[in-house]
Amino acid sequence: MTLIKDGRLIKDHWRRLGPSEPLPPAGDVIVPWARWPVEAEALQAHDGAVGVQIGPEETAEELAPILPALGAIAIEFPVFKDGRGYSTARLLRERYGFTGELRATGDVLIDQLFFLQRVGFDVLELRPDQKVQDALAALRQFSVRYQAGADEAQPLYRRR
Amino acid sequence: MYRYDAHDQQIVDERVAQFRDQTRRFLAGELGEEEFRPLRLMNGLYLQRHAPMLRVAIPYGLLSSAQLRSLAHIARTYDKGYGHISTRQNIQFNWPRLEQVPDILAELAAVQMHAIQTSGNCIRNTTSDQLAGVAPDELADPRPYCEIIRQWSTLHPEFSYLPRKFKIAVTGAQSDRAAIQVHDIGLQLVADSSGEIGFRVLVGGGLGRAPMVGVTVREFLPRGDLLSYLEAILRTYNRLGRRDNMHKARIKILVKATGAARFAELVEAEFAQLDRAALALPDAEIERVQAFFAPPAYEADAAEDTSLADRLEHDVAFARWYRRNTVAHKQPGYRAVYVSLKAPDQPPGDLTAAQMETLAALADAYSFGEVRTTHQQNLLLADVRQADLPALWEALAAAGFAQPNIGTLTDMIACPGLDFCSLANAGTLDIAAQINQRFDDLDYLYDLGDIRLNMSGCMNACGHHHVGHIGILGVDKKGESWYQIQLGGSSANEASLGKVLGPSVPAERVADTLAEVLATYVALREGEESFLETVRRVGIAPFKDRVYAEAC
Repeated sequence: MTLIKDGRLIKDHWRRLGPSEPLPPAGDVIVPWARWPVEAEALQAHDGAVGVQIGPEETAEELAPILPALGAIAIEFPVFKDGRGYSTARLLRERYGFTGELRATGDVLIDQLFFLQRVGFDVLELRPDQKVQDALAALRQFSVRYQAGADEAQPLYRRR
Repeated sequence: MYRYDAHDQQIVDERVAQFRDQTRRFLAGELGEEEFRPLRLMNGLYLQRHAPMLRVAIPYGLLSSAQLRSLAHIARTYDKGYGHISTRQNIQFNWPRLEQVPDILAELAAVQMHAIQTSGNCIRNTTSDQLAGVAPDELADPRPYCEIIRQWSTLHPEFSYLPRKFKIAVTGAQSDRAAIQVHDIGLQLVADSSGEIGFRVLVGGGLGRAPMVGVTVREFLPRGDLLSYLEAILRTYNRLGRRDNMHKARIKILVKATGAARFAELVEAEFAQLDRAALALPDAEIERVQAFFAPPAYEADAAEDTSLADRLEHDVAFARWYRRNTVAHKQPGYRAVYVSLKAPDQPPGDLTAAQMETLAALADAYSFGEVRTTHQQNLLLADVRQADLPALWEALAAAGFAQPNIGTLTDMIACPGLDFCSLANAGTLDIAAQINQRFDDLDYLYDLGDIRLNMSGCMNACGHHHVGHIGILGVDKKGESWYQIQLGGSSANEASLGKVLGPSVPAERVADTLAEVLATYVALREGEESFLETVRRVGIAPFKDRVYAEAC
């Protein structure tokens, strides 16, 4: 699995658990969002950081109450054309002040990385067939941005 | 007009490099067709019936003569020597080769142009009134706001993968020439009681398979909040718009399903929560952009000319062109001049490379070096001294641009139809030719007065047939092109959607059918009543009775 953070390849310290996979005794885990309401107590007592993975249907508002308990949120893109995750990411960062890891997962392709990092995803989990060098280059394709974003505090009209 | 600074230039240059790399990866097989598709669409590139089609952005329809010369060069070098003006003020080339598209984009970037977001499920070219800045009925010039929207929407990280395409139009005039009621967002510049400038905001208009007229969600939005409010609308749409069926994915469907009042509440709730200060437009930025659209150096004594009056009195052909193809200007002694792309022997909206060059020269000589494209697929020289009109008319006539038919039946809007478009069900260009042949008597056209005839080759409605006073929709019947006629549509202030007259007619009967429709109007009109007014007063029944009685 190829993970990019801050323009560099990183190793994954999170373990991804399936819908019914038992919690390990310790270590950082990401569980499907559906497990949270059922196992909230066990997850909060877990020896290690806990993250959840959500799909495009889940909203930032649903997650807002439990953000302090989360070390990571993985937003899945079932297909790259489904752009709801971009709004979710921006809301989690800008409106709800989430500072943990925000990971894009699923159909994450080279040509969407620039937008993904701009809305607040700090970890990009590439679809396995994507060429890593092209992916790293894609993040540097634009040196000017009109809008503010995770990588730019002010819109261009305040920086001219 | 707006001139790029180093930042604007850098973005279009980097965009060219990005697309060159994407094309390389596609041709090398590293990027699948499904994945390349939205990328090429966001650079205006369609794969069409004969060859790719490249749609180049003409932001709010404004071109310099240098840009027009570059388009002529592109038409000649990479195409078959012509271009087609679209209803959204853009220009389309129908014969480029995929491998050459990055080079075309580089040519465009060299003259501060691009094809960014001219297609795809993203925010498209913002369109406007072709008379912006010169119309006597204008409250404020919409173009600075269009440019601000262009910059904000370019490569917007949150809104590049919307459920469906998204079109914005802005007008600053009393009379709506930008069709704001049939756009995803329509903005009308208005002043509040204290004289502050802001926008009336409409949402949810659109044509296509389920045509709808937009609804007002905000009567007055202070101009400083423009981008915040657009983000609130776009975010609401991005989150809630349907993604399961592309035919139900436009914002109009969401507005209809939610209900206009409820949708407005959702937008207002989002607007109330987002960080307005972060996106607030400072007056200084608005003024910076406005400065690019300052009036040119008009001659103060232009109205003292008497030669125009003389010529109008003595030259009938010139006078009828003047009446139909030129319009009033806010500056005394000047007129705005329509360049008709509706000559009878030409597909509506097409012009050749040589014509582009001629027009660039005329713009330099007579209109401060600028040309505009119009929603009705014509061009406009916006700032012509009245004393120059006779010379300009003669030059336009020599280039095939002076057909005195602006606003008449033969000033048709038509999509490229079956001849070029892979979506089309029926031909449009042959029907346009048939109508031109049948209605070649100018006196009859003038007697009929203002008529908007819009024609689309399929239900995607690129020819805006729903909002034509007369709309023609091409349909396929067992491999043959048939045509459905609609009456009573309009995209002007009192927007309305046309009503279907009856069963579709075969291709060879379209002009005959129109003749019956028009004869019905002539018989029923009262006084100075226009075609649209008559249709609205009497309904479509009398037209239907006459057309289908004849057919039986």
